[in-house]
Formats: sequence, structure tokens, C-alpha cells
Amino acid sequence: MMNRTHVFEVSYNSRLASALRLINIEPVLFLGILLLSAIGLGVLYSAGDASIVLVEAQLVRLGLAFLVMLVVAQIPQRQLYFWSPWFFALGMVLLILVLTAGDVGKGAQRWLDLYVIKFQPSEMMKLITPMMLAWYLSERPLPPTAKSLLISAVLVIVPTVLIAAQPDLGTSILVATAGFFVVFLAGLRWRVLLGIVLAGLAFIPILWRMMHDYQKQRVLTLLNPESDPLGSGYHIIQSKIAIGSGGIYGKGWLNGTQSQLDFLPERHTDFIFAVFAEEFGMMGAIVLLALYVFIILRGLYIASNAQDSFGRLLAGSLSLTFFVYLFVNVGMVSGILPVVGVPLPLVSYGGTSMVTLMAGFGMLMSINSNRRLLSR
Amino acid sequence: MAYRSSVGDYSSDARLFKRRANAAAVICVLLVVVLFVRLAKLQIIDYAHFSDLSENNRVRLMALPPNRGLIYDRNGVILAENRPTFHLELIPEQIDDLDTMLKDLSAIVSLSERDVSEFRDSIRTHRSFESISLRTRLDDVEVARLAVNRHRFPGMDISARLTRHYPQGEAAVHAVGYVGRINEKELENIDQGNYRGTSHIGKTGLERFYEDELHGTVGQQNVEVNSEGRILKVVDKIPPIPGNDLFLSLDIELQKIAEAALGERHGSVVAIVPQTGEVLAFASTPTYDPNLFVHGISFAKYKELQTSEGKPLFNRPLFGQYPPGSTLKPFVGLAGLDARTVAVDDEIRCKGHFLIPDDETNRKYRDWKKEGHGLTDMDVAIEQSCDVYFYDLAYRLGIDRMHDFLAKFGFGEKTGIDLYGERSGLLPSRDWKKKVRKTIWYPGETLIAGIGQGYVLATPLQLAAATATLANKGVRVQPHLLQSIRSTETAATETFEPKESRFSLRNQGYWNDMFRAMKKVVHGVWGTARRTGWELKYNMAGKTGTAQVFGIAQDEEYDAETVARKLRDHGLFIAFAPYEAPKIAVAVVVDNGEHGSQMAPIARKVIDYYLLKKDEPLIQAGEQADDE
Repeated sequence: MMNRTHVFEVSYNSRLASALRLINIEPVLFLGILLLSAIGLGVLYSAGDASIVLVEAQLVRLGLAFLVMLVVAQIPQRQLYFWSPWFFALGMVLLILVLTAGDVGKGAQRWLDLYVIKFQPSEMMKLITPMMLAWYLSERPLPPTAKSLLISAVLVIVPTVLIAAQPDLGTSILVATAGFFVVFLAGLRWRVLLGIVLAGLAFIPILWRMMHDYQKQRVLTLLNPESDPLGSGYHIIQSKIAIGSGGIYGKGWLNGTQSQLDFLPERHTDFIFAVFAEEFGMMGAIVLLALYVFIILRGLYIASNAQDSFGRLLAGSLSLTFFVYLFVNVGMVSGILPVVGVPLPLVSYGGTSMVTLMAGFGMLMSINSNRRLLSR
Repeated sequence: MAYRSSVGDYSSDARLFKRRANAAAVICVLLVVVLFVRLAKLQIIDYAHFSDLSENNRVRLMALPPNRGLIYDRNGVILAENRPTFHLELIPEQIDDLDTMLKDLSAIVSLSERDVSEFRDSIRTHRSFESISLRTRLDDVEVARLAVNRHRFPGMDISARLTRHYPQGEAAVHAVGYVGRINEKELENIDQGNYRGTSHIGKTGLERFYEDELHGTVGQQNVEVNSEGRILKVVDKIPPIPGNDLFLSLDIELQKIAEAALGERHGSVVAIVPQTGEVLAFASTPTYDPNLFVHGISFAKYKELQTSEGKPLFNRPLFGQYPPGSTLKPFVGLAGLDARTVAVDDEIRCKGHFLIPDDETNRKYRDWKKEGHGLTDMDVAIEQSCDVYFYDLAYRLGIDRMHDFLAKFGFGEKTGIDLYGERSGLLPSRDWKKKVRKTIWYPGETLIAGIGQGYVLATPLQLAAATATLANKGVRVQPHLLQSIRSTETAATETFEPKESRFSLRNQGYWNDMFRAMKKVVHGVWGTARRTGWELKYNMAGKTGTAQVFGIAQDEEYDAETVARKLRDHGLFIAFAPYEAPKIAVAVVVDNGEHGSQMAPIARKVIDYYLLKKDEPLIQAGEQADDE
């Protein structure tokens, strides 16, 4: 039925590609991820004062994350399906544990101390929530009925609220959107969608009252960064100057004065896009964003070709979540969204979210392999 | 739930999904376009504006390190201060020909090869617009020469910084301590935010103990800098809060007298006000110059300090654990009186040795005086330091009762002085030996402990504190070097409150009995420190002690002449004065100092100064050894 060739239906049959397929790695997606990671290391080198230290640490994390991806890619899709509700139940228990017994770090309770390692259950929920919803909705007639919509809403809202209570606004947004995407891809009617959007807008004043002071401050800062130029507005002002002064062609690698002169805060983590845009300009940004779009569309392509609803919904949601990372991060660094602490995926320095992302790509690849197995 | 591959629904479900996925893809692309528009606005439309801002955007946050608090002695004499020092710095970016410039500069100021090589190393790790230190601590002449020639050297800068200086030099270094560069380990343990811009931290002594008080709170300023990093304008400023000033109980003049009295000897003098615990002198010789450490001591010099015979870096009053020898006898004597084991006028016959009753080995516990002291009561036993009397007393008292009583004076326990690393000495007991040595206690060991030998160990500080408790008749006050802290922010003064505890004897009159006996040590006809008592303008109570470094075999004679210096006995002396109402308690401990009676003049010099406020030369006779 879908006979027109898709732009992202890239396939080649080199020996390397076949070898990768043998270990359930989808070569095109893999190439995109690899390219992005390499660019990330280059930017990180510049953001970290041309020191190899950060790059080395990031390399170790990337290695670990790729390993996680490889392992997850080997899990058959039916296993992912089978375990979804169990993972969800476990995730909920852990989230409640974090709130009652978790470690307080930087004013927020996010970490669960397991004696050996500390970890953030909220991070896992970015994968588990879409898994759960895909599991739930794939069993039901699509587009979803009002009843399954209601249950889906509960399945999304409960973990979101628990994470927001930690408080971790960035992660709760990502969890909520990941869940929402499943419902949307499952065929949520546009009318209902419009209703949700309107209800959401009505909810804003209530949300405002629930927000912590530092979260409110971030929103206020976005609206008028100049109100507090040396305090919370400093990040946005400096980051806008960095991006703007990059111009069309950029100042060149390692030559960004904003970044190199220490004006730009958190330049190797959340604000690394500003370093990139300053040094490589508009042209570089276009290439980088195009690469992201390529990965996302490839993910959606894999989703479209999955064999069943579960695979489609999960793969589609994961790809779109990846997009949310990109959009929220670039949006906040360029000053059109509030600062919510979402890293630039695969480029920002830091480990936890990278492992989650790559586990998500692992799932995409597992879903892709499932299709191949069935079609054989 | 069974896994269902819903082939039947495939077409409709898949079609629905594809529509949705395509819609999502379109939305994603549209949103990316929004980002592009935003970037275009910033990078193309507003490029000139932001580029301008970036050029002028040189607002930098700079830390303003606080000035470290000062340290004064009890009379307001300054012991640690901050002095401006001048450093020669170069900004590589502004220099055309570095080699020529270095050559020209070396004609004006002395530049060692190390200075130059360190400078070249740091060029690599700094940005080219940052100024890098070439020479530290320029003297006045060099500063003047550089100032005159400044026009010849663009990119050269003379920076002034405050550095810690100890005007008293070697005096009281073991109490005051010194600061040095913050090392990596310290960096992990401090509040790094509050140490931004601070390079030094208290390493030893009070400088370390009161680091939190002395350091202060960092300030900050936002400054506008030009493209070379030079400050053009201060935008706003939160001034730092300087550290608090310390006023010590130490009397630096008394301290110097104590150090001078020790002279070339290796030893310690600790003087304490019994009623208040104020430490007046805390001397440890040989000493060293703390200023060496402030700018980073050279390896050779450090090695020299570490390996030299007297071990100047060793804090003797705090770390040195010595057998207290006969200076323990007044305390053991009081234990005997309090336990009613002896009465003051009970006499024993000293024949020069003591035999444990019913002991088959027949080992003779010898007195220092071969022929014995004859009929001996408590007064005589203290005045002439009779060993046999205390063997007998200790034997009858038993080690455990002795342990419990001596513990009241703080033996075997840290005094709690405001310095880190204090040793607790050792007060042995049956339990201790079972636990640590895993053997039983032998009766002979009780005898040896009774004269302050064997397992018993005390630090000079402990000995002084115990003497103060004795002089204070059982009121034990925690010794302390800090008298008060003056807040630089509010100018309010906070006084150190020492811990205090007290105990009484069954008969408080026993204190006077022991005082009287100890007075005879200095003023009695047969007193072991009688020469020190000559022409004394006040009454002093004391006790000499000589602690064996090695045991003398049964029939061996001890010959000081033939024994190497480092194997000679430790000399000790404890004293308090005036006898009638003690104002100062002193302990003198000298490594390999031969004999306790030779230590008495050292204590006298300290007490003389404190009570008479003048440093009269002692009469010649006092310098000679008394015999014991």
C-alpha cells in the first residue's frame, strides 16, 4: 500500500552494514548517532578550555552508553512488551521511595542511594512510561476509546507528578511528552487534542502556584532577562550573545570569545549549543540540526515499518522524545523557552541522560530487528 | 497476557499510525524551522548588536579574597600579620620578544634559572592575555628599579599582594603555626567558593586550628575588562569580610625567655595560669622560622629541617611523650595520702633498695642514692626524691588505685588544648595491659610506675596541666592558647570559655602537705633543686625528675660521661609559684638533659619574669647542677 519510496528509506548493503545488522544494529541510525557523538566531542573539547580531560571522561560515558544500546538492541521486542507493566510498577515504587527516602542533591530529591551506585529512577521513567502506554494501547482498538484515553492519562500523569514533586521539571516534562506521544500516535482525535491544549492553558495559573521559586524565577527570567542581568538572567543574556556574535559562519573552532573567556556559564553541559553556535555560526547550526532531524525521521521511519502496534507506538514515541530534547534545549539556550535543565542529547557533558537515550535507541533497533525477523 | 501479533488489524492500525507519524514529522520539521528563525534572528538580523556586545562584553566576576585575621599575644604584641609583597608579572601577549626582555630584566632584578623555567612552563597553561608571575617577593630596591624602567618593558606589571608574615620569627612557632599553599587534599575539604582567590591556608598550630575564624568571607566584584583582560571599571562589588583577630593567652616575651633559657638544648617549656588554664608559654626547641613556609619552602631546606638532629618541626610539648620520672612523685604521694595508705609523717627506712615481699627472684629495686636516705617520711621523700619510699607506697597502693587517682590530673588523657594532633600519653593499668599488651600486670611494674618510669608516659603539656591542677588544689581547667576572638565585622569580642572540672581529697589539708614538701625541693637544705632556690624573691614549689632512657642492669653503673648524648636521661622539672598563692605552673622537659635539677633554673627564669616582670640574670650557682 505504501509504495512510494520514503526519503529516509536509506538502505545499503555494504559488508559492514550487514555485519551490524547481524548484531541487531540498524546501520543508518547508528551512523547518525555516531556522527553526532563525534561532533559533540569536538565541541566539548572547545567548551572545556581545550583540555582533553572532559573529552576523556565523556568518551568513557559514550562507550558505556553505546554498550547499553548494544545490549538493549539484543532484547527481543516481545520481551520488551512482556516486561513493560512490571517495569512500570517497579518504577512507580522507586519514585515513591525517592520521595520518602531519597538523597537530597542540589536542593532536589532525585537520587536513590543503592549503596553501590546512586541512580535516578526518574531517568528510567523516560523509557518506561512510553513502554507502558504502548503496552496498554496496543491491546486496545485504535483510535483509543474515551475510557482507554482516561486510563492512559492516569498512566502519564501519576509518574509526571511524582517526578515534578522531587522537584525535577525537566525530566517530568520529558516523561509527560513521551507518554503523550504514544497516545497521539495511537490516533488521539484532533478535537480531543485541541481540548487538552486548551485545558492545559487553563491549568497554567494553577501550575504557576505549584512551582518552586527557582522554577518561577526561570520563567520570569525568560520573559525579561535584563531584569536580573548578573543573577538568573546572566545565563540567557550570555548565551544569546554567544549565539548572536557567531554570525553566519562562526568564529571558528576554539575561537569563541564568549565561551573561551569564561563568560558563558555551564557551557559544557546544558549550554553547549551556545558554544557550538558561536564557533560554527548559522551554517554549523543548520548542519547540526539537520543531523538531529535526520535521526528523528529515521526513527519515525523505523516506527512506521514496525510489525505491530506496540513496536510502532514505542518506536515513534522514543523518536519524538528525542526531538523534544533537542527543541527544549536549543529553545532554552537561544532564549525562547525557560531554562529547564534539559541537555543537548549526545553532545552535552554528562552521563545519566546519555545512557537513557542510548537505551532508547537500543529499543528502536530491537523493534527494527523484529520487523526483519518477521519479514524473513 | 499473550503476545499478539495483530496481523488482522495491521492495515488499519498501520495506516492510522503512518498518518500520525507523518503529522508528527511535519510538526517536528516546522518546529525546527522555528529554531532556525530564532537563530537567524540572533545570528543574522541582530548579529551586529550581539557582535558588539561580545566585543564589549568583558564583565567578569572576580573574587575578592578576605584579609586573614591577625594574631596577637596577651599584651597585644602582633604574632602574625599580613604584609604587602611585590611580584613581577608579565603578560606574554603584549611582549614582542620574550627572550630579549627576560635578558634585559635579569640585568635589573635577579632571576634564577628556576624562575625563568617555571615562568615558561606556566605560559603554556595560561591564556596569553593573563599575567603570569615571573619573580615573587621583590625587595624595595628591585621594586624601585623596575618602576623607573617600566617604560622599557611593555607587558610588565608589578603586582602587590598581602602575604602572611610572622614578625616574631622563630618564637612561638609551635603554638602559632604557619600558613602555606592550599594543597589538593585540603582543596577537597574546604568550601571552595569561600576560598576563591585565596592561595594559603593554616597548616599547623593555631593558624590551622582557628582557620575558620581567621579566614573570613570572600567578597566579589563584577568588573569590566578590556580584550587583554585588564580591569577598566568595577561594575558592582560585595566587599569581603576579613577574618577575625585572635588574642592569645601567650606572652611572647615570656615565650622568648623560655626559648632562650632552653638555649641549645632540645626540649620544651610549658607555663600555665592554674586558675584560668591560660597557656603563657609553649616553647619547643630547636625551633624554626615559619616565614620559610609561607612562600613555599625549598626542598633542600625542608629536608634539612626534617633530618636535623633536634627535629625542629617536632612539636615537643604536644607530641613528645616522655616518662615523667620523679616529677610524678607528688601525684603518687597525694594518691597515697588520699587512699590513707600512708600518713604524712609515716616513716620508712630507706637502705638504698627495695625488695618486693615474698618475691623469690629477690630482685633489688634500687634507689638513685646507693647508700639510701635512712628514715624517710613524705617530706623527705619528695625533697630528696627517695625512690624506695615510692616503691613501697606504690606497692601498697596498687596500680589500679594509682591509675584512678592520677587520671584525675589528666594523665593518660588529652588536655584538650586548642591545637590539633595532641598525644594522650599513657597511664597504665591492669586493664590496659590486658587489652593492649595481652599479658598480666606484674607487681614490679607497679613499683616502676610509682616513680614515673616503665609504661608511664606524659607530654610536657600534660605535665604542666597536671601541675596547674595540683597548684589549683584539684580544680582542673582546660589549657588554652586562645584568650579571645575579636570579630572584625562587629568589633565584638568573644572570650574563650575553658572547660573546668574539680575533685577534692578526703582531707583538703593533704594539698598543703604536698605543697610544703615540694617547697622543700627548692628551699630545703637537702632539696634536689636547692641551688635554684638561693636568693629567690618568692617561694617556689617544685619537683625534679630524671627519666631513664634505657634501663640500667642490676650491677651496672651509670656513667654520664661515656653515654652518648642521645642516650642520656631526660631531665624534667615541674614547679609552681608563689607557693602561698600560685600564679603560674611550669613544666620543663629536656631531651637527654642529664638531670632534673639542671632544668630548675630554666623554670626559674620563666617564673622570675612572670612574677617580677624582669629578666634578671640568674646567679652563677643556679646554673650549676644540684645533686639529687
